[in-house]
Amino acid sequence: MVAAAPAAPRRATPLALKRLRGVARFVGTLALTFFGLLLVTFLIGRVVPIDPVLAAVGDRAPTEVYERVRSELGLDQPLYIQFYRYVAAVLHGDLGKSVLTSNPVLADIKRFFPATFELATLATLIGVLLGIPIGVLAAVRQNRWVDQVIRVLGLLGYSVPVFWLGLMGLVLLYVHLGWVAGPGRLDVFYEDLVETRTGVILLDSALAGEWTVFRNAFAHLILPALILGYFSLAYVSRMTRSLMIEQLGQEYVVTARVKGLSEARVIWRHALGNVMVPLVTVVALSYANLLEGSVLTETVFAWPGIGQYITNSLLNVDMNAVLGGTIVVGTVFVGLNLLSDLLYRALDPRAR
Amino acid sequence: MTAEVVAPRGWRAWLMAEAPSSRLHARLVRLYGTARIFARNPLALLGVGIVVLLVALALLAPWLAHGDPSAQGLTRRLRPPSAAFWFGTDELGRDIYTRVLYGARITLGIVGLVVVIVAPIGLLVGCVAGYLGGFVDTVLMRVTDIFLAFPRLILALAFVAALGPGIENAVIAISLTTWPPYARIARAETLLLRESDFINAARLLGAGWLRIVFLHVMPLCLASMIVRVTLDMAGIILTAAGLGFLGLGAQPPSPEWGAMISAGRKFVLDQWWVAAFPGLAICTVSLGFNLLGDGLRDVLDPKQR
Repeated sequence: MVAAAPAAPRRATPLALKRLRGVARFVGTLALTFFGLLLVTFLIGRVVPIDPVLAAVGDRAPTEVYERVRSELGLDQPLYIQFYRYVAAVLHGDLGKSVLTSNPVLADIKRFFPATFELATLATLIGVLLGIPIGVLAAVRQNRWVDQVIRVLGLLGYSVPVFWLGLMGLVLLYVHLGWVAGPGRLDVFYEDLVETRTGVILLDSALAGEWTVFRNAFAHLILPALILGYFSLAYVSRMTRSLMIEQLGQEYVVTARVKGLSEARVIWRHALGNVMVPLVTVVALSYANLLEGSVLTETVFAWPGIGQYITNSLLNVDMNAVLGGTIVVGTVFVGLNLLSDLLYRALDPRAR
Repeated sequence: MTAEVVAPRGWRAWLMAEAPSSRLHARLVRLYGTARIFARNPLALLGVGIVVLLVALALLAPWLAHGDPSAQGLTRRLRPPSAAFWFGTDELGRDIYTRVLYGARITLGIVGLVVVIVAPIGLLVGCVAGYLGGFVDTVLMRVTDIFLAFPRLILALAFVAALGPGIENAVIAISLTTWPPYARIARAETLLLRESDFINAARLLGAGWLRIVFLHVMPLCLASMIVRVTLDMAGIILTAAGLGFLGLGAQPPSPEWGAMISAGRKFVLDQWWVAAFPGLAICTVSLGFNLLGDGLRDVLDPKQR
């Protein structure tokens, strides 16, 4: 303030280079993780007690046919060559063919993914819109009875089996009360009425102006989304609470109060504003977790998403589909984790 | 409140002593202090109650149950809950109350096995990586990261697909997906301990790294491991039940709770009780472990909130 301080001579490496190094390390980690993912799925594929050749030719095929198919599939090569080919194929977007649907696995996944996306997105919205205010409330009323109730509700979210909650929800809200529609994404009557553009039925029907279809799709979507949303809510509200408690203990909060700001402003603007950055990370992580929760939810609600695709393939020992699905979900999971990391760095200047 | 001000006497005074007279005494004083803080949290006590009840029910199942868990009775299929059948009967006329009781044994068994497999692996990997550092650390942590990069349930599914369905394979699959966070925690603790004076003293006395890791570092990592284990119990139970529900864990005649819900799914529209009670059991037990873990964390590990 008094005199212009001399420029700090300590910066040995220019900032741009530092950033570049950061990016390089980042990409390196990403590549390594992806490589590890492929290695694990590859090894799982090798451990399976089913002979892929026998599965292709049937167990009555003569030996020369067996040998021919075996070398066609590349199974007579050493393991590292097989792995190399596997990685090359995956990088070219070839996840093999599904035995069950006889389509390429990637095409199947493209078809099933929008349903999961729709479900997980709505669930996250529910979790965030309810979870943050609830978490703030719990933090403000720390250790009072409201906080205890919220705490138990949150812990219950960590304790209830998704599939069971789904079943019970169906029995109560669909069968007995009739408030929501049953399993599936649409009633049979409405199927194929709307042209598939994004695969997200809510969007497709809204774009086409088919509001009856939209309403039906929403009635089907709301129960699974609420149930998944509850899990997201449990996580988001818990994290919001502990982050808020930390902020409310800071001195700037005292200052703001002393300045005579209203309590609402102190809480919702000053404290919550500072919590928003780490919360972005929390939301991204919760979104990634929902991908996992969707596996069981989709089974209960006959929801034609990627989770149901994986479990169906599993029960029919369709390994290409299972491992392909695992790779895709794993990649999305890694991607979301990295995204949350990047967002954190972008939003919080201290993390740079 | 006033009673607190009055100096405690007798055994309480001994337990709250300022200057412990022996090693054992010091430990007991510490334990008593921790227990007193813990006991102030009613929810944590509820958690303890639920867990103790679970263990008791599982141990006493043969005496509390109404007969054999697989005893069928085709004349009494799908009866609603009543005085004779507290939780009703399932599609083969088996008493659901009895099956839920025996299911507690399976659940406890799975959880116990997974913890026994996972905690030592995580502890070993984490402590060794943290203490040795350098190349070993990098390699071990990369492997850990790769496992952490998968969503747990999906990785467990893929493992079960490879190993084949069954309860043993479910335990292996869950273990393979559960150890990485333990390694992470143990490593973080070790990094804090590594440069502390007592470790340096041990090193000066000529202790090898194996001795230091096993005898000096590992015991101090236990507190945070215990918290994590308790909090993980619910997750393990839920994953096991999920695998059972998908038909990939414990197989049908076994009264595993997830498999029971899966069997009850067909009748859920009219006979809700077949699926409802095993689910309630899962829910209660998981909640108990979560409450307990939450309370333990507040006491043992206040920095991790």
